[in-house]
Amino acid sequence: MIYQISHNIISPLGFSSEENFRAVKDGKTKLKLQETAFSLPEPFFGALIDDDLLDAEFARINTQNFRYTKFEKAAIISVSKALQQSDIQPNSPRVQFILSTTKGNVHLLENADGFDSERVYLWKSAQLIANFFGNSNEPIVVSNACISGASAQITAKRMLESNECDYAIVVGADMLSKFVVSGFQSFKALSKELCKPYDKNRVGLNLGEAAATIIYGKTDKSLPENSIVLVSGAMANDANHISGPSRTGAGLYLAIQKAMDGFATPNEIAFVNAHGTATAYNDDMESLALTSARLNERPVNSLKAYFGHTLGAAGVLESIISSLAIIDGTALKTNNLHERGTVAPLNTLTENQSCSEHTFLKVLSGFGGSNAALLFKKFTQHNG
Amino acid sequence: MDNGITSYCRITNKAVVVNGEKHTIPRTDSAWLSDIYHAENLSYPKFFKMDNLAKAGFLGAELTLQDVGIDKTEPKKNIAVVCCNRSSSLDDDTAYQQTIQNPADYYPSPAVFVYTLANIVTGEISIRNKIMGESAFYVMEHCNPQKFCSFVRGAFSDKTIDACLCGWTEYNNGNCDVLFLFVTRNELNDLELNIEKLYR
Repeated sequence: MIYQISHNIISPLGFSSEENFRAVKDGKTKLKLQETAFSLPEPFFGALIDDDLLDAEFARINTQNFRYTKFEKAAIISVSKALQQSDIQPNSPRVQFILSTTKGNVHLLENADGFDSERVYLWKSAQLIANFFGNSNEPIVVSNACISGASAQITAKRMLESNECDYAIVVGADMLSKFVVSGFQSFKALSKELCKPYDKNRVGLNLGEAAATIIYGKTDKSLPENSIVLVSGAMANDANHISGPSRTGAGLYLAIQKAMDGFATPNEIAFVNAHGTATAYNDDMESLALTSARLNERPVNSLKAYFGHTLGAAGVLESIISSLAIIDGTALKTNNLHERGTVAPLNTLTENQSCSEHTFLKVLSGFGGSNAALLFKKFTQHNG
Repeated sequence: MDNGITSYCRITNKAVVVNGEKHTIPRTDSAWLSDIYHAENLSYPKFFKMDNLAKAGFLGAELTLQDVGIDKTEPKKNIAVVCCNRSSSLDDDTAYQQTIQNPADYYPSPAVFVYTLANIVTGEISIRNKIMGESAFYVMEHCNPQKFCSFVRGAFSDKTIDACLCGWTEYNNGNCDVLFLFVTRNELNDLELNIEKLYR
């Protein structure tokens, strides 16, 4: 098992994990209609990180004369802030960087903006991020569509447990662009208003920008009280369709089974932080998988109506918010859920409520038929 | 196989080699990947809807599995699919960008967009072979056998996995560079060396 040493979220709701958690707990969101961004023919509902705020923050840590893209800056700031809360030396050869992203600097295909052509490669950004901190290990890039952030944490767990490194810095990031937004528009997957996860009247997702970092270490020494342990993680494929979720939820159910088997029973789960993109098919599929896993009576939430779908950042960001929620003893509500409406009924929360269990489940599903489940536990002297 | 790999396949722009044996691929006017498809007598019409990366990975997987004898119709939870490459989905990204580059000729295509995710190739292979174990996609500058091996080892840390279909699956701008392997748990010890040897 591995545990979270420190973490950070850079999002439109704030530049620290705590700021983001407070905003979510207070029911805030920065998702709004974007009428002019990326000069798209159609507006879209989404949340963007303010460029000026990001640049000002970056100027505080950047001492070089080198130019970075917004995507790289957000990731670097996030890692830097997570590192500040730890005593880890990022340049140590025993530290492994793992970048979770779907599209990296893809916006440079439209306008290279003076960057050389190599800059659109994901490994190039990963190298620049790791090198910023003096780390010269070859960084790992996980690009597994919407489950990337969970895959990256599972990869970290495996590398730590097989002693390939002592610390893993998992950073998930994706920025929006004409490329990404137009693609989701072409799929007719976007809602023109604030998304409504698990609601009877949900019509699609919102997109959001974020970078989020978790620094993981091995649980081989005594853990501080309230540490969050990544107990297990598993992935499975639907083997059904490349862009549509399984009709039955079989792949997600398999991932959940593998993550929970021998580690937790349904009634030990404080809440399930699900994917909840607010597309008709995804939310129904999840309701079937969670019912198969006998989790339909456990509190279930989606964070998408706070942040939007943050793509490669989602798995990391949502794991952090949920970790802070379990430490806080709160099962968070699903924002903008008014009338429950999934094919199998779920205990989706419409108000924040307190919880006393120490374990939560994070699940994600995405294009390519991929599914992931992560089981986290709050360490206390009593349950350790 | 005497090299400790159940089965493998190497596809470059020049040749197709399966388990050490070079296959004859007659060149026609169609694309190289289509030539391979026809020469190998494959029958999977969805192939022609795929982008080049998915086609390359699909062919790598098909040829690797030719003699492995897995049942393509029965769902299998005990096999993982792990791919890695250099260019992610850049080949299809570039194609998609063309559809939105010019405001006067703006036609974003969902059929092109869907392949702008690198891991779609792992999805296509999973669907074709009804593989329900984990699927994962990693990106690195060059094929690094040590990292490649680490990802495959990682897949086996899931105790329900008995075999891994894994591949260096690179396709960008006409350059095809594929090494696919079918590896079982007891072949892990020499995997790094074998990848190094077979990729050369």
